[in-house]
Amino acid sequence: MKNFEYVRPATISEAVAAAAEPGAAYLAGGTNLLDLMKGGIVRPNRLVDISHLPGLDRIERLPDGGTRIGALVRNADLAHDGEFAKSYPAIAEALLSGASGQLRNAATVGGNLLQRTRCGYFYDPASACNKREPGTGCDARGGENRLHAVLGWSEACIATHPSDFCVPLAALDAVVEIEGRTGRREVTVEALHRLPGDTPEQENVLLPGELIVAVRLPKEARTFSHHARYLKVRERTSFAFAVVSAAVGLRIEQGTIWDARLALGGVAPKPWRAHAAEKIVEGCVPDAATFRRAAEAALADARPCGDNAFKIELAKRIIVRALTLAISETAERVAALPGSPFAPVAGALHAS
Amino acid sequence: MKFPITLTVNGVPHSIDLDDPRVTLLDLLRERLHLTGTKKGCDRGQCGACTVILDGRRINSCLTLAVSHDGADVLTIEGVASGNELHPMQAAFIAHDGLQCGFCTPGQIMSAIGLVMEGHAGDDPERVREGMSGNLCRCGAYAGITEAVLEAQRKMANPDKPDLAKPDHVKERAA
Amino acid sequence: MPPEISLTPVPAHARHGSNIGQPLTRRDGVLKVTGAARYAADNHPPGMLHAVLAVSTIARGRVSFLDVEAAKAHPGVVEVMTPANRPRLAEDPDAKLHPFMFRLELLQNDEVRYANQAIAVVIAQTLEAATEGVALLAPKYETQPARVGLDASESFVPAAVGVGNPSAMHRGDVEAGLAAAARRIDATYETPMQYHNPMEPHAIVAAWDGDALSVDTPSQGLAMAQGRIAGLFGISPENIHIRSPFLGGGFGSKGLISGPQLLGILAARLVGKPVKLVLRREHLYGPVGHRSASRQRLRIGADGEGLLTAIDHRAKVASSTFDDFFEPAADASHTLYASPAIATSHEAVRLDTGTPLFMRAPGEATGSIALESAIDEMADACGMDPLAFRLKNYADVEPISGKPFSSKALRECYARGAEHFGWSKRPLAPRQLRDENGLLIGWGMGTATFPALMFAAEARAVVRGDGSGVMETGAHDMGQGAWTAFAQIAADALGLDLDRMEFKAGTSDLPDAGIAGGSAHTATAGMAIHNAGAAVIAKLADLATNDQRSPLFGAGNAGVIARDGRLFRRDDETRSDSYADILGRAGLAQVEARGKGAADPAAQSSYAMHAHGAVFAEVKVDSDLGQIRVTRLVGAFAAGRVINPRMVRSQIFGGMIWGMSFALHEQAIMDKRSGRTLNANFAEYQVPVNADVPSMEALMIEEHDPHVNALGIKGVGEIGITGSAGAIANAVWHATGVRVRRFPIGLDDLVMPRSH
Repeated sequence: MKNFEYVRPATISEAVAAAAEPGAAYLAGGTNLLDLMKGGIVRPNRLVDISHLPGLDRIERLPDGGTRIGALVRNADLAHDGEFAKSYPAIAEALLSGASGQLRNAATVGGNLLQRTRCGYFYDPASACNKREPGTGCDARGGENRLHAVLGWSEACIATHPSDFCVPLAALDAVVEIEGRTGRREVTVEALHRLPGDTPEQENVLLPGELIVAVRLPKEARTFSHHARYLKVRERTSFAFAVVSAAVGLRIEQGTIWDARLALGGVAPKPWRAHAAEKIVEGCVPDAATFRRAAEAALADARPCGDNAFKIELAKRIIVRALTLAISETAERVAALPGSPFAPVAGALHAS
Repeated sequence: MKFPITLTVNGVPHSIDLDDPRVTLLDLLRERLHLTGTKKGCDRGQCGACTVILDGRRINSCLTLAVSHDGADVLTIEGVASGNELHPMQAAFIAHDGLQCGFCTPGQIMSAIGLVMEGHAGDDPERVREGMSGNLCRCGAYAGITEAVLEAQRKMANPDKPDLAKPDHVKERAA
Repeated sequence: MPPEISLTPVPAHARHGSNIGQPLTRRDGVLKVTGAARYAADNHPPGMLHAVLAVSTIARGRVSFLDVEAAKAHPGVVEVMTPANRPRLAEDPDAKLHPFMFRLELLQNDEVRYANQAIAVVIAQTLEAATEGVALLAPKYETQPARVGLDASESFVPAAVGVGNPSAMHRGDVEAGLAAAARRIDATYETPMQYHNPMEPHAIVAAWDGDALSVDTPSQGLAMAQGRIAGLFGISPENIHIRSPFLGGGFGSKGLISGPQLLGILAARLVGKPVKLVLRREHLYGPVGHRSASRQRLRIGADGEGLLTAIDHRAKVASSTFDDFFEPAADASHTLYASPAIATSHEAVRLDTGTPLFMRAPGEATGSIALESAIDEMADACGMDPLAFRLKNYADVEPISGKPFSSKALRECYARGAEHFGWSKRPLAPRQLRDENGLLIGWGMGTATFPALMFAAEARAVVRGDGSGVMETGAHDMGQGAWTAFAQIAADALGLDLDRMEFKAGTSDLPDAGIAGGSAHTATAGMAIHNAGAAVIAKLADLATNDQRSPLFGAGNAGVIARDGRLFRRDDETRSDSYADILGRAGLAQVEARGKGAADPAAQSSYAMHAHGAVFAEVKVDSDLGQIRVTRLVGAFAAGRVINPRMVRSQIFGGMIWGMSFALHEQAIMDKRSGRTLNANFAEYQVPVNADVPSMEALMIEEHDPHVNALGIKGVGEIGITGSAGAIANAVWHATGVRVRRFPIGLDDLVMPRSH
């Protein structure tokens, strides 16, 4: 690990000023950043330790019915906040399906939004990677890319975004509050992450020094609490990144889906909101054919980037399954195996 | 440049004049304080062997910088037993043979104590398994580990002794 | 004439005061649960420096430049060891004087023969400085194309596979058997490269004092490590002291001292100070061995009654470009199923990888998953229940050799395991079972087998003047429970309570306990302990029966029994003498003797010796989403005498979890162009986590084997993998109707089944 200047600002504005320098990085939970530094994937000159900044570790109910989550709230604390989990069960389930108990105790909300990809070529400094070193190429193209993106990828980058947490946030129109040198601004989670295009190193719209200070859920987000699920397919039962995941929230009244929210994880360089699929199920009485149509719509633009065509079909099936599961009333408590198809759920369809 | 920090480790205050900000909490414990019970299995937060309880929460000590924890309270495997009396979790790991080579064991035990303190798993074996999945055991002692956590959890639930770092002790000889 | 000594009347565990057979908790348990057990990397001799390996990022070529100056300029860096300044060795690291001597990369030149090979060592005051020093070396290479994957080079027939096994063997005429068969299976199975990945990365703390060397390092073979170091450094083995009281797992990767460990010793020599070198997790993917990938073609014939007519098992495996280890995968077909014709053969390729090595059940595990899958396929082709088919083809003598088995309680394993599992309720056809949530359920089985091996070991027994005892052997505890099981054997051998006896192991100055491998350690070192105990008790008996003052005087012909620190006259137990009194009267401070453990060549030539078992697996499968969970594993095993049932259960469980990992989880993913492993970590090289293991049961079937050794021990370290991997693969088929022949079974295999 390269030696670095360690700075511990007392205020947000001090932090923003300290981090605006080239080569500076924010340190919060450290669970992703230190991993990357140990691997030689990032080598910052300065670490701006924001983990002690006051006031960023609160979960607040807003007067308009929304919820504001401070950027330093730990994943575990958010997932286990009773009021929060009841209002946003898909988010709690996504959080608890990710990483391990130890990592969830350390990882922060803000850091999770900025998690880097698990692409093996990104993680291997000897491989060509446009994201890690712009202009060097992409060794994942033509390489071991069974788990790479099927949506939103470019010739320059086929990596996926690994976060579970971001998937329901994108589905629920969460907004990110950002503090920069010129003041505060907001973007939606959906707009926070960029598609790679020719500049995969630019993963998000943050400017140098800008700091995520909070994530806000709009008041509508809690209207999906009764029919919400996060479903995650992975290669072992726990402590694994998603191969494909889906977050679903439905507002059902008198047997009709009036509002739907759907996003996918593990399929694209960013959390992937499936607007077209939402439109298809809205106004419909739930049935398998409609869900399959929605799934086809969500993956209409999908194409394999290599040895990963199965992910397209898998993504369609997980959409159908997640929608199907969400028809049932949300369970009182997140299942023992969060996000797992093995979590027992009444009313599940297994029509294979 | 020096980074003076104070840490309370297993109840003992340490004033440390850190000469390098890169030192992780794990390497501080092992290489500088010579508390080598905490193990390094992967150094990347992927195996759980380095689990300690930091300010009341179980974390991977390999993925956090010591310099960031001035004033923190750390509980490691060395601080869990009370004199010659084992913590119920330690005793249960022996009784259920929740270990083989023993290398992951300190991390398993610290994680298990943290899990019980969190209070979300209760006596549900499936929740215990899920909650312990951040601790790899290549020897495959998982069945014994799950049995041990469930048994110790029942003993630790004794409300008369709320201090989980030093709860009711079972009669076991320490070496 | 020495009196008759009766130490362990058979069965020993029926004897009053016996320790063998007792489910004692681990004697090292308290040390391990308190963090006090000291593993190699936990040592800090005064003045110690930290060393970190620099490893190559290319798989083939040479290092053309290392920025040594940049590394040395980093604060805290003391020295950089490269081929230019590496201390001289007395022996060429590429010399190969015997098959167990593997070629090592000890900076002898600038050649790179696989990715992750050591190319330099940075030594610094702190770990942080050494680690960054490595990054600053910024090596440059002359790169040649990497050859990785089983089709990357010309194949050839190796001279031998495993440890000196013939590359090809046959009995009967396989082609005739296949031609005569009513049903034939011809299927090809693929298994991936796997890495041992013990939780403890290889580590060493080395300190020189002149020509004397002190080493803390994990070893499954202390005497061999000592000999290797002695040869390389040109010093006497007596000058080398190795401590390895605990291994954080080995699984074969710590059987031979590895290049990186020796580089730690070289680094200490170079800087003249103690050095600690600990491998980073990613460094384990190369220089410390792995399990070769395999492609196995099985052709099996059966007649109209479901009797096998032929088994032809051909395996393609890989070794490195510079050394020989060939996974004996096809040999798995030698011993299990009666067939009038059996042929096994191997071909191999040489790749730009580290040399493969013994990895828990080398050959047996790899071959078992293919054989058990093929047998299952044949049972289905015959319309037979997989257990009925196996029973129909039960081997009463070892098929490849025709030798009788020294013991074989496999029928009991099948029966007890099946009953416990509820196998009789299994529908014959796949896709018939679902749970309450609609998930598919599948039941599969596999047969487990592993040879009952013995190597050579020695032990030293002492009875002290106060009547207490000492047993010493340089045995290795890598988690199997050596500290406990050997102490139990020793206590019985010495006729003492465990508390009256001290058991010493884990250092190189003790008698050579051989190697902890081949599931043979308990049998081999256990017999050495047993014999050393017998020999020292013989000396005590000799003293007593010849001493007129002893109540045992003149009992030489009647014989004595040793128990609880006393010798009893066999025909009159009211007459006894304590060890302390015997020695006191003789004026001796102590009496000592040595014993050896080794295979009996006569028994070995007469009998086939194997442990056996039957594993039954239940999986739940969400076939839409490709998710598999092993919800139940029941194994019934017959492995001779069980020294400690608690520890045996753990060993068996561990093996079964390895079988699960083989079937469903672990594989190295290598970039075919660069030859670099892309998942050299614990996040993407996936081994089972706790949540993958909901329910396991192990039944130990009583088995008395008078031929394997006097203690009747067969060994349990590896057998659990065999059978289990196939049972799970077969259960996945039974759940889904999809036969996956490439392992590990991935979710894509179920979401988009390949056509075969």
